Amino acid sequence: MSVEIRSSGQTVTAYLSGELDHHTAREMREAIDGAVELNMPSTLVLNFKNISFMDSSGIGLVMGRYRNISKTGGELHITGASPQIYKVMKLAGLERLAKLEGNY
Amino acid sequence: MQVNNKFTMNVLAKSANESFARACVAAFASQLDPTLEEIGDIKTAVSEAVTNCIVHAYKEKIGKIYISGELCEGNILRIKIRDTGCGIENVEKAMEPLYTTVGGERAGLGFAVMQSFMDTVKVRSKIGKGTSIVMVKKISPRYGVNA
Repeated sequence: MSVEIRSSGQTVTAYLSGELDHHTAREMREAIDGAVELNMPSTLVLNFKNISFMDSSGIGLVMGRYRNISKTGGELHITGASPQIYKVMKLAGLERLAKLEGNY
Repeated sequence: MQVNNKFTMNVLAKSANESFARACVAAFASQLDPTLEEIGDIKTAVSEAVTNCIVHAYKEKIGKIYISGELCEGNILRIKIRDTGCGIENVEKAMEPLYTTVGGERAGLGFAVMQSFMDTVKVRSKIGKGTSIVMVKKISPRYGVNA
């Protein structure tokens, strides 16, 4: 599990990798929140390209980041989710909270 | 229903064992030659059930999670995940989407994911005794009989 943060202008992108479950979610959450607090972006992008597995703990992580970025009027984008991860996101209705970018 | 193969295992209810448990069940299920999507569904459902044991059943201690699987006639996978934790007071309520009894960032979607990704999910629980979840999924046959 790892999180690589890149910041450019008003956008912070978190490149997530590994498996996202209850065991790994906290560390990912702390890394993302630290970068958001530091950079105050208007757009937070969560890149799931290198996430090989995600259960509903990932839904909690996305919903929590949505709540945080919304407080300052920012937007949440999600990119690179695999069809299986997209299936979990769709079940939770995440497309109503964040822009899901990709071909599904 | 004829059982062609089965396994049993138990793990400590530690979050580090979530990935181990779902990988074991996926490896066992692979004997039925599932698609990538079916394997993904099984891993996700198992992960939810095991996480429930860790987060809800054993709040104050690290108990054991008992996992068993059967490959049955007709390409059917049957998984049982059981704990001896606190039990669920109202199973029907617990299975409602977005319902959660813990704070933090739990989405309350564990049972919804299990129900969506498996064919059937049955939950039995007794306060103070524990909970058992039985999940069944029929794997689409691709190359004839393979169980």
